[in-house]
Amino acid sequence: MATPAIPRERDLRLDLFRGIALWLIFLNHIPSNFVAWVTSRNYGFSDATEIFIFISGYTAAFVYGRAMTERGPLVASARILRRAWQIYVAHIFLFTIYLAEISYVASSFENPLYTEEMNVLDFLKEPDVTIVQALLLKFKPVNMDVLPLYIVLLILFPPVLWLLLRRPALALAASVSLYILTWEFGWNIPSYPSGHWYFNPFAWQLLFVFGAWCALGGAERLAPALRWRGVTVAAAVYLIFALLITLSWHVPGGSRFVPGWLEDHLYPIDKTNLDVLRFAHFLALAALTVKFVPQDWAGLKHPALRPAILCGQHSLEIFCLGVFLAFAAHFALVEFSGGAGMQIFVSAVGILVMIAAAMLLSWYKKSEGRRPVSPSKPPDADLAGGEA
Amino acid sequence: MRGWIGALALLCAGSPAVAQEPARCSVPEYLVLAEQPLPRVAAAAKARQLNIAVVGSGSTMLAGSDGTSAAYPARLEAALVRRMPSLAVKVTPFAKGRQTAQDMVKGFPQIMADLKPDLVVWQTGTVDAIRGVEPDQFRIVLERGIKIVQRARADVILMNMQYSPRTEMLIALGPYAVTMRVVAQQMGVPLFDRLSLMRRWSEDGQFDLYAAHRDTGLAKRVHDCLGKAVAAMIVSSGAFQGVIPLAPRVQ
Repeated sequence: MATPAIPRERDLRLDLFRGIALWLIFLNHIPSNFVAWVTSRNYGFSDATEIFIFISGYTAAFVYGRAMTERGPLVASARILRRAWQIYVAHIFLFTIYLAEISYVASSFENPLYTEEMNVLDFLKEPDVTIVQALLLKFKPVNMDVLPLYIVLLILFPPVLWLLLRRPALALAASVSLYILTWEFGWNIPSYPSGHWYFNPFAWQLLFVFGAWCALGGAERLAPALRWRGVTVAAAVYLIFALLITLSWHVPGGSRFVPGWLEDHLYPIDKTNLDVLRFAHFLALAALTVKFVPQDWAGLKHPALRPAILCGQHSLEIFCLGVFLAFAAHFALVEFSGGAGMQIFVSAVGILVMIAAAMLLSWYKKSEGRRPVSPSKPPDADLAGGEA
Repeated sequence: MRGWIGALALLCAGSPAVAQEPARCSVPEYLVLAEQPLPRVAAAAKARQLNIAVVGSGSTMLAGSDGTSAAYPARLEAALVRRMPSLAVKVTPFAKGRQTAQDMVKGFPQIMADLKPDLVVWQTGTVDAIRGVEPDQFRIVLERGIKIVQRARADVILMNMQYSPRTEMLIALGPYAVTMRVVAQQMGVPLFDRLSLMRRWSEDGQFDLYAAHRDTGLAKRVHDCLGKAVAAMIVSSGAFQGVIPLAPRVQ
């Protein structure tokens, strides 16, 4: 084995936090959902997207890194590209569901108060353009920006992984350089009908590559620093600062308490280009999480956390299901009732459906006999091989 | 579809099942509080003549033969006249559908030269969000527009988008609403937060904004309340204090 750096056992914490991130993304995607108040974006600069992309980078390196060392770059690259293709197909499937929902909305919506807002449905009048632009990943409806980002990140991943396995520091430096150059020169991919990608892949790659770097031994290199008290204190102070700033947006009149010079420095906090404040916020969260939830924490085996872990282990399917469920929840809120009770109801049902689907997927995997071939392999190697 | 699921609606507390005729518009004070002063409005009030321009896109208009008199600019004028009978108030709407912020700013110099308003209420954001205009670009245009108005010796109130629950999944208002809030804060102009106000009305059950059918009455009542709320914001800036006796507040 060329690289002993790749951990042999899947870190359950990754599945746990990715599962929770998937739930939060679902809750955030339901518009005007007051249940979304529980989600992390209301308490700091970063949100569940950062967690999702970082862990996706980590698991991609974990799974394909092993493939690359054991089977060679060609096989690993082919597998990565196959994964990108699967995600593309999933994205187009979701787009079809989206088209179905809004075509329905368009057919019955004639409230004169919203003449202006109805213009958003204009694109239904020219499906020839819209559908082609969607296939090219240039037309991306609301809430459907993450999968295209993931596709681009995976397509670019083979050479990055190759370099990460040989010169990890160099690969990370290249990633940081691309991030800086992107900020400097405003690189992004154009969108249809105007503007650019909501998640700029050239900026967000930093989080993905950083996750991959951590998986391939970076986490161990960082471990001594994370044990250092100063890092913990700095992370906690920054999180509290971000919490206070975020609260000032949500509390009426709260902005008066933020001095003008600070505002000039802070704003705008740019999600499209993964603002440095957001990245730092994610790092602070991750540093505290790693410190207080160790990998061998007994609680990870507790049945109460099992549902989140299961969802995290089938992230692509559950993510897509979450996007679909958010459409369905919005539909229910609009057609039946938008009240608080209904919001709680659709949020809870959505998460339960995600858990049930994850259990079903696990059952399929087991029943299809994708368990370890040789008893010498760790028990969850099948999962690692299947999901990145 | 709402009818046959009535039982479910009953289970859900606070559902906006039926819109009642509102006798009054409930407007939480903190939502229409002008944190910044409006010096040009105050000066105009001293001279007993207030000239307001409302620049906006489709949501500043209502269709129909009586659309102009029912839309919020005319309702704003009526509300100000009621509150300050001794003040000569004129509100002139400049509204055109499908206008981005940039389209509107192109017309600003002309409006400022011709009308010489003391206050410009600038409604924008919806069309930019629909078109997916670069938020950065949107921010620059907002700043430029505000500067043009201020250089022409007028105050500005920014007005953000309508709350539209049916199209929420289709139009990503979020980044544009945040941009407007930040620009308003940094340039020291009040933001009339139409988005939060209308959401509040929907949550309180004051208006059934989920309604899909053609209901001109609802649209008129909403615009009437919006006009009153903008008037309340102008009053809250303190521009009339000690200058003009306020008529008792009737909503």
